[in-house]
Amino acid sequence: MNNNKVIQVEGLTKMFGDFAAVNAITFEVKKGEIFGFLGANGAGKTTAMKMLIGISKPTGGKATVAGFDVFTHAEDIKKNIGYMSQKFALYDDLTVKENITFFGGIYGLSRKRIKEKSNALIEELGLEEVENKLVGALPLGWKQKLSFSVSLIHDPKIVFLDEPTGGVDPITRRQFWEMIYKAANQGTTVFVTTHYMDEAEYCDRVSIMVNGRIEALDTPKKLKEQFEVVNMNDVFLKLARG
Amino acid sequence: MKTILYIIQKEFKQIFRNKGMLPIIFVLPLLQLVILSNAATFEVKNIKFGYIDNDHSSTSRALVEKFNASTYFDVLTDFPSEKMASSAMLKDEIDVVLEIPRYFARDLQKEKHIDLGVTINAIDGAAAGVENVYITQIVQNFNQQLKVDLLQVSDQQIQPINIETIPLFWYNETLNYKTFMVPGILVLLVSMITLFLSGMNIVREKEIGTLEQINVTPIKKSQFIIGKLFPFWVIGMGLLTVGLILARIIFNVPMLGSLTLMYLYTSIYILVILGIGLFISNFTDTQQQAMFIAWFFVVIFILMSGLFTPIESMPKWAQIVAEFNPIKYYVEVMRMVMLKGSGFIDILPLLIKTSLYAIVMNGLAVWSYKKTN
Repeated sequence: MNNNKVIQVEGLTKMFGDFAAVNAITFEVKKGEIFGFLGANGAGKTTAMKMLIGISKPTGGKATVAGFDVFTHAEDIKKNIGYMSQKFALYDDLTVKENITFFGGIYGLSRKRIKEKSNALIEELGLEEVENKLVGALPLGWKQKLSFSVSLIHDPKIVFLDEPTGGVDPITRRQFWEMIYKAANQGTTVFVTTHYMDEAEYCDRVSIMVNGRIEALDTPKKLKEQFEVVNMNDVFLKLARG
Repeated sequence: MKTILYIIQKEFKQIFRNKGMLPIIFVLPLLQLVILSNAATFEVKNIKFGYIDNDHSSTSRALVEKFNASTYFDVLTDFPSEKMASSAMLKDEIDVVLEIPRYFARDLQKEKHIDLGVTINAIDGAAAGVENVYITQIVQNFNQQLKVDLLQVSDQQIQPINIETIPLFWYNETLNYKTFMVPGILVLLVSMITLFLSGMNIVREKEIGTLEQINVTPIKKSQFIIGKLFPFWVIGMGLLTVGLILARIIFNVPMLGSLTLMYLYTSIYILVILGIGLFISNFTDTQQQAMFIAWFFVVIFILMSGLFTPIESMPKWAQIVAEFNPIKYYVEVMRMVMLKGSGFIDILPLLIKTSLYAIVMNGLAVWSYKKTN
């Protein structure tokens, strides 16, 4: 396989009974790319993502993530990816530091490494003052940034972000995207879903899912040309409305 | 191994930070032990007693006086008619009615034989049986005395009773009900708390969404489950310790057997309960569901454990069902070791069965926990 392609998906399908939540999607993601995964609510984005991160078994097709098959080597995939779900999934009843330590420990980092990472991360996010506060008490924007940093704690090859900026203010969203760019610059591949079309413009390439299928896939610039519109919002509307 | 330590550390922090949960874990069970052990008794006491004395003789009054003197009979009400007595029983004001016929004293002297009417509220059949025994004893006692009295006034020869049984009560010589109940209640505490806590634990992470985050990490299923269950195992052992101390101090329940044996058995037993809890957790989506299912099993397990009613008197099929009841085993072991001083060899069959149970339940729990759906 091509080492440059960290995600390769071919005809990936997930059926729930007769309903195809994800209907034979095919795409590739290159190393270090920021890949936008768009679609209306219920289009199948989250389901597709869950198959790629190895917590949902596909019913058909082929897919490899970080070089491992999603059917047979889901646990190997998990060592190489980070994931941030759309629902905040750190422990509210643990402090910032404890959350970092816990997830570092789960990923098998050494005590020393966890300490280094934890300090660097807290400094970077400017969380020094609240490092011993319970995460539940933090504002949503801070939580999201912390959550993203924790998903990168084990230096994964690919990070999957499921609507990471849902419900946060524009300034925090901006900072969040700066973090995404930084991670991508360091060679991490970013696979991100979003409903904000301005964010879609930040992506290297964008796919748009409609009813379980990928209806469009290209750079934002080319998509705009293809649909003869001026922004991604209109691309999305044209596609999603059918 | 290191991964497990991180999970254990996290679980303990969460348990001790949960201010609502702590008292439930540590205070309620002990209150339960103190209250239930005193209240859950099958001794029949404070019987509400009514009588209809149609005779009004010194003999009939002496009989009533016998009941009055007994500690089991509480209220004594004199009813002028049978009708009023039965209406009082309908209102639950009395449990037992004794009817002394007219010419009771005269007929007793003349005919040496008389029938007393006794009516017992037998809604609770077991209690009614016991009340019947009490009444019979008192009447017999009265009879004996009468015979002696009669012997003095007449020269008629009356055969004394010459067969008597002298019971020897082993292991609980004073027939103290608490000695019997406390070890059983202790079983309940250890079982219920560990079952509920483990049953709700993983499902709670499902609810708040952190389980998904765990599932995308490379953690092994067995690591996760061991890390999750260990804290509750410790809590279970802690509850046993506090319970045993209270049993000793408050109820003066003896500990005849070996403590080490008790702890050995309990350490395996808790694994069974934790396995069941986890199994429930894996098949439910919310804490409510988990709680309902756990309750369902707890109620059946308790009622069929031999804690309140002997298993030997259950129908055959129920006895077979009871064989699958871990609480039954624990009640048996607890009573055997604490009250009889049974040793390792005595409880070995139960120990083996419990160990097998633990292996099966935890196997099922690990198997049914799926990182990938």
